[in-house]
Amino acid sequence: MLHTYPKRVMAIMLALTAIVATFPLWGEAVFGGQADFILEKITLMLILALFAMSLDLLVGVVGLVSLGHALFFGLGAYTLALASPEFSPASLWWMLPLVMLVAAVAALVVGMLVIRTKGIFFIMTTLAFGQMLYYFISTSQFAGGTDGVFIMFRPSLTLGETALLDLDNPYTFFYFCLGLLVAGYLFLRWLTRSYFGQVLDGIHDNEHRMQALGYATAGYKLVAFVIAGVMAAIAGMLAAMQYGFANPAQLGWHTSGEVLMMLILGGMGTIFGPILGAFAYEILLFVYEHATTHWPILMGLTIIAAVLVLPRGIAGVIIAPPWRRRASAYEPAADEATPGKPATQGEEG
Amino acid sequence: MDLAFFGVQLLNGLQYGLLLFLIASGLTLIFGIMGIINLAHGAMYMIGAYLVWDLTLRLGNFWLAILIAIPVAVALGLIIERLFLDTLYKRDHLYQVLLTFGLILVLNEAQRIIWGGDVHSVPVPAPFDASLQLTDNLQYSVYRLFVMGVCLALAGVIYWVIRHTRLGIIIRAGAVNRDMVEGLGINVRTLFTLIFSVGVALTAFAGMIAAPLTSIAPGMGDSILITCFVVVVIGGIGSIKGAFWGAILIGMATTFGSVLIPSLASMVIYLIMAAVLLVKPRGLFA
Repeated sequence: MLHTYPKRVMAIMLALTAIVATFPLWGEAVFGGQADFILEKITLMLILALFAMSLDLLVGVVGLVSLGHALFFGLGAYTLALASPEFSPASLWWMLPLVMLVAAVAALVVGMLVIRTKGIFFIMTTLAFGQMLYYFISTSQFAGGTDGVFIMFRPSLTLGETALLDLDNPYTFFYFCLGLLVAGYLFLRWLTRSYFGQVLDGIHDNEHRMQALGYATAGYKLVAFVIAGVMAAIAGMLAAMQYGFANPAQLGWHTSGEVLMMLILGGMGTIFGPILGAFAYEILLFVYEHATTHWPILMGLTIIAAVLVLPRGIAGVIIAPPWRRRASAYEPAADEATPGKPATQGEEG
Repeated sequence: MDLAFFGVQLLNGLQYGLLLFLIASGLTLIFGIMGIINLAHGAMYMIGAYLVWDLTLRLGNFWLAILIAIPVAVALGLIIERLFLDTLYKRDHLYQVLLTFGLILVLNEAQRIIWGGDVHSVPVPAPFDASLQLTDNLQYSVYRLFVMGVCLALAGVIYWVIRHTRLGIIIRAGAVNRDMVEGLGINVRTLFTLIFSVGVALTAFAGMIAAPLTSIAPGMGDSILITCFVVVVIGGIGSIKGAFWGAILIGMATTFGSVLIPSLASMVIYLIMAAVLLVKPRGLFA
């Protein structure tokens, strides 16, 4: 991946962050009575952005195309739903570590199996393990089956007797999600620039060479898989707080496909791209859903068009605008811009 | 479990497994030769079933419906390959996943627009609409036996084509080294179109002959797709033999799983896959 971006990337992202962060100030003036509804939508976009960003660590940075990332998203949601007491709010002080621990253990177990596979096998096995949990949950009595579980109270964040944050307040929750997204972004930027991130970069470009250099690449990939899983679970927990329920659909492979779609729409391997992708996807979805009941056709065609026309996503356009591409250092050939190598038969057949 | 009941389950598992083989063989061929991961494969199964349901209703004859539906499915495969996949051969699997995921959304919704969201069924066609009386209270559908026979025959044909024909040599060589095959003067472009159309036709045909046995419902392709992924992973990607034994194994495991351990039935096939991955990460026959 690219570690230094043109200055305009930082400028655009800061400007967008400022616009979003000040929404409570200008939202009512622009959207009037719709402001509360829009705030909820934006909160959801922030959560999905965190989810998409976590997948970027796997797909864009390491080159592991996971089609089962919703497993961890849903796991975060269900952990919150099932561990919450029925008649009182849970404390975020232990709920957050619990969600992270459950996701880490699950990612470790699943990761140890799927890391053994490569390329198309990895795609298929991540998909299959995601569906395994999906079918397990949607046929389980304790998890509410296909109906899912309702969460009566959002977790609270208190210190002693005083509430630090009132997460039931939509504005507070909005800033809470924004804060976690920014924290997640900074963490991933730091991680990808660290020594660990450079090894991941090397694995992305040529895993055999990294092995020849003496790196135990499987271990690095596993750690990346666990980190991505934990981040996705945090996003899933936030989503469950936002919706007020955990539902099997959050685990299903359509969710995995959608988040992959956000990633490609925004531009993978850039960390900031998936944030734009999550917003773009949700806005498109909103528009399509209002245009026709047959919106999946429009969304499907959009995905196909994005793959054919815009393989590097919105971030690719920002980093290297087509109208000034010559001036940019970001000039990989079409094939090299994709994670891993183009499909070669000798490797997998 | 008495012996007759056991026997019926055995036949059910075999029949389901053979049907899975038809779908999985298309999937594994398309990947093995073309290097394309086709998520829309399950949607083709669904379209096959709906086509036959629709045509049976219009024409009043199941067999005629199948006869007409097969060329339609082949044509659909041809269009998709030429229109969309053509640009994807040199690109990463990620883009294939996304594009074919987009195709699923389009095809699933097209199905809703054309045929609606209701669940349908097709009556078991004559002359197979009878049952064999096994014991006093156990019967077995003749149509299921017929499906088994057709699947086995097709498996035989696929085996023969791949083992004993010139086309088969090219296919096997293509699975090992595509560039070399192209270098030897084979028109890989045409080969790909052929393989994709045949693969799509196989899965659509599976949907057609399964139509009288299952309920035809929206999204029926999604679950079968994932089951077939498991089959292909267990058998080894690109291996027809692997797809066959993988399909039989999964067919048996699903049938006996739902009889013996109903609470875990939905997980059984994934647990088998996990076990295979632990022992042979590239599949049993790769």
